[in-house]
Amino acid sequence: MQQTTALTAGKEDYPPGDFVIWIVIYAELLAFGIFFLSYAFARSQNVELFNASQLELNRTAGAINTLVLITSSYFVVRSIAAIRENLQKQAARWMWAAIGLGSIFIVIKLFEFYTKYDEGITLSSNTFYMFYLSMTFFHFMHVILGLVILTIMATKIRHGDYTAQEHDGMETGANYWHMVDLVWIILFPLVYVIR
Amino acid sequence: MQYQSQMAAKPYFIAAILLFVGQIVFGLIMGLQYVIGDFLFPEIPFNVARMVHTNLLIVWLLFGFMGATYYLVPEEAETELHSTKLAYILFWIFLGAGVVTVLGYLLVPYATLARITGNEILPTMGREFLEQPTIIKIGLVLVILGFLYNTTITILKGRKTVVSWVLLLGLWGLAIFFLFAFYNPHNLVLDKYYWWWVVHLWVEGVWELIMGAILAFVLIKLTGVDREVVEKWLYVIIAMTLLTGIIGTGHHYYWIGTPEYWQWWGSIFSALEPIPFFMMVIFAFNMANKRRRQHPNKAAMLWAIGTPVMAFLGAGVWGFLHTLAPVNFYTHGSQITAAHGHMAFYGAYVMIVLAIISYAMPMLRGRAAANSDKSQVIEMWSFWLMTVSMVFITLFLTGAGILQIWLQRIGENPQSFMVVQEKISLFYWMREVAGVIFLIGLVLYVISFFIGGEERTAPAKA
Repeated sequence: MQQTTALTAGKEDYPPGDFVIWIVIYAELLAFGIFFLSYAFARSQNVELFNASQLELNRTAGAINTLVLITSSYFVVRSIAAIRENLQKQAARWMWAAIGLGSIFIVIKLFEFYTKYDEGITLSSNTFYMFYLSMTFFHFMHVILGLVILTIMATKIRHGDYTAQEHDGMETGANYWHMVDLVWIILFPLVYVIR
Repeated sequence: MQYQSQMAAKPYFIAAILLFVGQIVFGLIMGLQYVIGDFLFPEIPFNVARMVHTNLLIVWLLFGFMGATYYLVPEEAETELHSTKLAYILFWIFLGAGVVTVLGYLLVPYATLARITGNEILPTMGREFLEQPTIIKIGLVLVILGFLYNTTITILKGRKTVVSWVLLLGLWGLAIFFLFAFYNPHNLVLDKYYWWWVVHLWVEGVWELIMGAILAFVLIKLTGVDREVVEKWLYVIIAMTLLTGIIGTGHHYYWIGTPEYWQWWGSIFSALEPIPFFMMVIFAFNMANKRRRQHPNKAAMLWAIGTPVMAFLGAGVWGFLHTLAPVNFYTHGSQITAAHGHMAFYGAYVMIVLAIISYAMPMLRGRAAANSDKSQVIEMWSFWLMTVSMVFITLFLTGAGILQIWLQRIGENPQSFMVVQEKISLFYWMREVAGVIFLIGLVLYVISFFIGGEERTAPAKA
């Protein structure tokens, strides 16, 4: 992922970031979208079970994580705003703050997974839990990948690899992180809240 | 051809094509046995013909991949192959083992073959596609290890490109997943579970990386498009392939004794498996549109563009057709599977090997860049004959499959397997005719390489 050469270089800055990341984002959204549709279909077959199991989830943890992830996304936005002003130090600080929040998400999610594991919940417990565990774990893996990308970006900022003129790589990574955020914004209400 | 050691690819390509012809001949034999049950019985029973047909396919594709690697790696790494001698030695060992195996299938009963090759010491035989005697499997591992050693060292000492890394990743994956062929637990569920790690994770995982790398190489050479653009596409295609393909293995785990969640996982992830193939289509057409040179080898370009299209149709669309658990409940193991298998293997793997042979062989045979126009016209005819007849084979088998499922599994009075086979025999006859046309196309492909005429030399600028 060292490639920062942009297909869009020299053109208007829309869409921001590398064109290929948008293909990745559409593919990812399609994948999650199919998961969400399957969830809706499975739920319609067994509403009572889904409602009952849903109540067993830790909604507070889910809500905190939503705030944590949205804030983290905001920090990435601030980081890019800083790099546009050539303020490398600030940009790095915002980026590390975003990484910190992303890590908090991971900790809270691990705590949730552990509680469910402790209760003896597995993929085979029931269809609701199959979806809950699959979708949140799938998303969890995306958060981890996102954190890796953010960390690479943070170190590159420190090395002065991004400037106000050339920070296409940062836009690209930021797009991915916003996608991870966006998916959670749908996933959380769908699985934890909507009845 | 820039490096002398690329010549090592030549015997691999020739062997691949010869074994391909053998595969098609056995395909025609068993196609006829579908409708004339005792054709060639007892000399070549159906199960033996099928084994030879499928095993030859895998072996010749491996020859093709190896040849492609020997051709591609020196050029990508910008250095001679680590050991040309090793490449030739391994070629003869591999070919010898392949021929001995096929003769074993044909000349002695399978149980006898198992006994005389000492299968009871480490039982691995008797499973579809992995029928080879254990000792041959061990030999195959050694050949592949030698091959990987040779190519990995070459890449490490030379220029490192994304194309060669992706190819290497695919080839190492191929070797690692083959090791599951040696794991043969008594529990049938576990056996099937890991058996798919070879079969599925090959064709819907690591082989796709090999295909992507070869396609990228051929397109870079034919179109002159910037490497950076090609590499970016490769990254995305690999990511999507692995993301969808690995968990997509679940579409083989329905109702075989595995946990129920595989029905969801398998359905959801494998429904996404067409995406990387679709990306390859866009990629190939994009490269063709952006081409900076008019390469004289038009036939190779045709194969390179045809590959992703047919792969998307065969693997993507025909795969999706029966990948969802509720659909597969009815279609499992019917002629729908055969239809998908034929077009997917042809589109994804047969065509990519033919594409690189088409691109490389003229140069391996001492020509500047391409065969003569006369030869290319014949080769393009062979492309269309094979491709169109494969489309028809697929359509006829799909028709047979739909009817079979209806008569045997869904209709009001479900009928027995053999009764239904009798009723759908018309489709099998039509499939056989399409198969003969396919063979004609293949023969033309071979002939095209022997047609002389004035050859075009340097690539003309567009």
